[in-house]
Amino acid sequence: MTLSAFLFQALNGLSAASGLFFIAVGLSLIFGVTRIVNIAHGSLYMLGTYIAYSFATKIGGAIGFWGGIVATAILVGVFGALIEIVLLRRIYRSPELFQLLATFALVLVINDATLWIWGSEDLLGPRAPGLRDAVEVLDRRLPTYDLFLIVIGPAVLLVLHLGLARTRFGRLVRAATQDREMVGALGVNQAMLFTAVFALGSALAGLGGALQVAREPANLATDLVAIGDAFVVVVVGGMGSITGAYLAAVIIAEVKAICIAVGVVDFGYFTVNFSKLTLVAEFLVMAVVLIARPYGLLGRAQGQVRSIAEPEDPIRPATPALKMLAAVAFALLLGLPLLAQSSPYMLILGIDVLIAVLFATSLHFIMGPGGMHSFGHAAYFGLGAYGAALLVKWLAAPMGLALAAAPLVALAGALLFGWFAVRLSGVYLAMLTLAFAQIVWAAVFQWEYLTGGSNGVVGVWPTAPFDTRVSYYLLTLTLAAIGVLMLRRFLFAPFGYAMRAGRDSALRAEAIGIDVKRVHWLGFAIAGGVCGVAGGLFAFAKGSISPETIGVGRSIDGLVMVLLGGIQTLTGPIVGASVFATLQDTVMRQTEYWRALLGGIILLLVLAFPGGIVGALEKFFSRWKTAS
Amino acid sequence: MSKAGHILHLALATAFAIGMTNSASAQGTIKIGELNSYKLQPQFLDPYKKGWEMAVDEINAKGGVLGKKLEVISRDDGGNPGDAVRVAEELVTREGVTMIAGTFLSHIGLAVTNFAGQKKVFFLAAEPLTDKITWQNGNRYTFRLRPSTYMQVAMLIPDAVAAKKKRWALVYPNFEYGQSAAENFKTLLKKAQPDVEFVTEQAPPLGKVDAGAVVQALDDAKPDGIFNVLFGADLAKFVREGNTRGAFKNRTVVSLLTGEPEYLDPLKDESPVGWIVTGYPWDKIKTPAHNAFVDAYKKKYNDYPRLGSIVGYVTLKSLAAGISKAGSTDTEKMVAAFRGLKVDTPLGGIVYRASDHQGTMGAYVGKIALEGGKGTMVNFKYIDGASVLPSDAEVKKLRPAAD
Amino acid sequence: MSDLSIRALSKAFGGVRAVNEVSFEVKRGEFLAMIGPNGAGKSTCFNMINGQLAPDSGSIWFEQKNLTGLAPREIWRLGVGRTFQVASTFGSMTVGENVQMALLSHANEIYRYWRPAAAMHRERALALLDQVGMREAADRPSRELAYGDVKRVELAIALANDPRLLLMDEPTAGMAPRERNDLIALVKRLVVEQGISVLFTEHSMDVVFAFADRIIVLARGRLIADGNAAEIRDHPQVREVYFGTGKTFARAAGAAS
Repeated sequence: MTLSAFLFQALNGLSAASGLFFIAVGLSLIFGVTRIVNIAHGSLYMLGTYIAYSFATKIGGAIGFWGGIVATAILVGVFGALIEIVLLRRIYRSPELFQLLATFALVLVINDATLWIWGSEDLLGPRAPGLRDAVEVLDRRLPTYDLFLIVIGPAVLLVLHLGLARTRFGRLVRAATQDREMVGALGVNQAMLFTAVFALGSALAGLGGALQVAREPANLATDLVAIGDAFVVVVVGGMGSITGAYLAAVIIAEVKAICIAVGVVDFGYFTVNFSKLTLVAEFLVMAVVLIARPYGLLGRAQGQVRSIAEPEDPIRPATPALKMLAAVAFALLLGLPLLAQSSPYMLILGIDVLIAVLFATSLHFIMGPGGMHSFGHAAYFGLGAYGAALLVKWLAAPMGLALAAAPLVALAGALLFGWFAVRLSGVYLAMLTLAFAQIVWAAVFQWEYLTGGSNGVVGVWPTAPFDTRVSYYLLTLTLAAIGVLMLRRFLFAPFGYAMRAGRDSALRAEAIGIDVKRVHWLGFAIAGGVCGVAGGLFAFAKGSISPETIGVGRSIDGLVMVLLGGIQTLTGPIVGASVFATLQDTVMRQTEYWRALLGGIILLLVLAFPGGIVGALEKFFSRWKTAS
Repeated sequence: MSKAGHILHLALATAFAIGMTNSASAQGTIKIGELNSYKLQPQFLDPYKKGWEMAVDEINAKGGVLGKKLEVISRDDGGNPGDAVRVAEELVTREGVTMIAGTFLSHIGLAVTNFAGQKKVFFLAAEPLTDKITWQNGNRYTFRLRPSTYMQVAMLIPDAVAAKKKRWALVYPNFEYGQSAAENFKTLLKKAQPDVEFVTEQAPPLGKVDAGAVVQALDDAKPDGIFNVLFGADLAKFVREGNTRGAFKNRTVVSLLTGEPEYLDPLKDESPVGWIVTGYPWDKIKTPAHNAFVDAYKKKYNDYPRLGSIVGYVTLKSLAAGISKAGSTDTEKMVAAFRGLKVDTPLGGIVYRASDHQGTMGAYVGKIALEGGKGTMVNFKYIDGASVLPSDAEVKKLRPAAD
Repeated sequence: MSDLSIRALSKAFGGVRAVNEVSFEVKRGEFLAMIGPNGAGKSTCFNMINGQLAPDSGSIWFEQKNLTGLAPREIWRLGVGRTFQVASTFGSMTVGENVQMALLSHANEIYRYWRPAAAMHRERALALLDQVGMREAADRPSRELAYGDVKRVELAIALANDPRLLLMDEPTAGMAPRERNDLIALVKRLVVEQGISVLFTEHSMDVVFAFADRIIVLARGRLIADGNAAEIRDHPQVREVYFGTGKTFARAAGAAS
């Protein structure tokens, strides 16, 4: 590769960096001020591309295109403000991360709404009027639109920077990013500030999406691609730092551009196609940055965000009535095979629900009592599933051995990744776990010889005596019950108390001799191991597994289950997983627009049960008790 | 401790059980289960769904099959193999379908293939392209309609050879379909033209191509020819960047699937003129069978057919023909009937080969041209799938596990 | 014999010498107050002793063991208890469980996974709570407590590992005057009974002069005075830093007695 080729690729990288910057900067502002993990940010970005497409094609010309971009930013900003006012404002008092659930529902609804409005076909917008062609740079043709992007990114950065430095609104935003409580204390109308920041962040997302209309077709997959990129850039740059966001965007885009430029390299004995690294480049960068700089490149340690939600109640052992209820429920589940003689599908769904319960309970173990919000719990599910499946595939291991290996493989992974993760906290921990999960995913995806690549491993079926639906269901029920009860037992034991002590206040826990990092590390590993059991069961239940087992989607499903049930309760994940898994199965059959329906139902649940289903019910009953 | 959750679960489960009585009431129909990634791949699967719905209506209007009407129970497969297998089980156990069809993505197709083999359910894979469905992982109960990756690549090879280019660059999405298309292309081209050189390969992640950088990297490798496997949104980005940067000038581009309306139409006036592609020039195929299909489709939906429409239509027609030949919906009889089953399709007659269960539906190979501001195919010819498939003896070696 | 020995302790933040060559000792059973105006370096000094900050130079010795650079939990295991300036507890636990947590840690029973913690060391926890007058509240969620009660619970927690030295950073901060005296009186009584040495910082001069056995004064990172209440009250340099000139502690001290 020549030097000029290399330099030219660096220019390409800068234009890509501007795109990434626009995806991320709004999210960074929103998170910095409101601490909301807004998964719908990618959806707003996608809407930006669609709306800009409509302006550019319906009105047409320079006004339709350039005016359309500005109008799009405003429209998406207004839409963002509406989301904040109508939905999020109602649930600020809910437990941490609960807002994530609401924005997850929005992703589903917005995607289906977009499908309904604009249809399923990809919509390629016109080229930008005035910037259709290319200029010669370094003997190569660089599109003028790329040049424009290279300039507009830093320009917007500068405007934002001045806005934040020079205006009252900007000072408030910065103050709130540093210390949210202080702003409330200063007598600032916090609701107005949040709405304004949400509108600004959304408008930036809309602007970013709109600017892409000249480069890529509006399509329904953009939302998830964008949100993934956005989080990586924000975290690498440092939450709330817009300069950091730009810096991170440049680094990530340049790393990718270089991977692409290097292409295939022959090392003599083997060849490496570096372009394949772009699959995971941003997550590798994120993992490295977070390990070296726990708050991102330009981020600062954030003061402990005291949740405005009510803290959770002390845990109590099950009352006799509760134990009775649990025994009845278990007996009913044991008897399900009898009931299922007329409808065998109940067992199949039952197996899926039980696996989801085990998955969610293990996630809750670290998320709730441990306070470690893992966004990459699917990694351990996948390690368990692949551990079992690969033993069967390569060593023809018997099912028992494979199933026993599942938690061990997951445990090993959790020990390794957990060691790094527990050194971080809050959203940085969340993102590092996500990065690890993506790295595992990419390894599985790419290592085709061993793992079967994107097609995965097929032919992992249970053997006798578990080769019937009834016996496999009973096996799943047994292992799920053991897993759930074991984790519960741990939580009531000194170890579980120590984990909660470390979460409630790491400083104080250390001051009474508790090695918080070690306790949390072990907790992380235990959760990973139990999650591996769920993964192993999953592999044998389906007969095949593929990289989706490790994907972001599954990690998010886990978060949704935990939050839906109620993060502050011990039975929450069980209820959340059961409801979510059954709901999804039911809803998928009802309508073509099942995602919107699922999102709508979750929104209703979010509004009806702030604090999760079990959390809200508990509160209701305790009030009812005190009242009577 | 499970209490509330399990109770809720039981309540829901009971609700299902009650709901079941409804679906079981439709006596005297033949139930076919259909599952696909409708939410994940709507641009391909909307037309596909319209296609099979039209086929069902046509068949039932003529009195159905074996005196019974066809009833298709269609489901979204959730876009991942885990959900897909559950949906397949649901179709079989709860809805009581006697056969299943569908799937689009290779890994989901493979998972359902494996499920069909394990549970001995008849499965007609409609769209997934991976060679493994009929070869390495093929089984007794699975058939596939659409030409596989290998077949599509093989159809393009004669034109690639005829272009007489020495230096080739490859670009493909980084997952099994792209990888195996690239491997097949390299193997087949090398065999036909031993002096060929592959100067670079770009494998961007699916749906996330950095088009500018990728185009530039290809251009910098100074190839004479480019083999492209990108599709969908990646293709649109790639084509626009490539045109602006002049990367396709004086180069032969051979491209998989790009002539399919699903992928070509969004490109509008930027359709890459001169590319050699596989596809479906629906407006230019003037056989009586195809005319009838297009007319009926336009009348029914007020829209033109895409390739997906053909695939959906032929899937159902194939099942109907198979049931009719088998004289029953019994799985073993269906397998026997499908082996060597001949089906008339809008694209001509096809056969499901007994040796590897692959349908011989072909594809059109031609060049992209612009007509009236839209992309279309010219100088195209229909390549019968049978002409590019390996012989029965070769195939036998490729299907170790199947019988 | 001295319990705690601080030798030439120094710490700078970005060029500002927050603590500068400070040396002092706490004798066994002594109730030693560390005072000084805002920014004198009291908290920095404290956080080095309890292990939260690493000193730039100097050393900290406790019962002939070098504490310098040890983590807070290691220092605690050597028999040093502490309370925090802003008191709080483990909010998701009951009052009793908060104390039990410290007892479990003291007994090295953190890494036990099976036996329910609620029943472990319950009696001892209740006894400790009894000492601070909080036994009645043992089963209440600790987050519901009034601030003054939280301080008492924190004291019970700090006593759980049978410390021989107690570090208390502004134990009465945020409390009403009456409560202050009660709390310090309680502390004094307990430490005298149990022979515990105490090092505490305090803003409230009435408390200091009423209860401290000895007082050390920090100003701008340096130790400027060391003596009993009377000596400190009359120390010219102390007057200088607190009042500029002239005024005395007389009124404050009078209020306390």
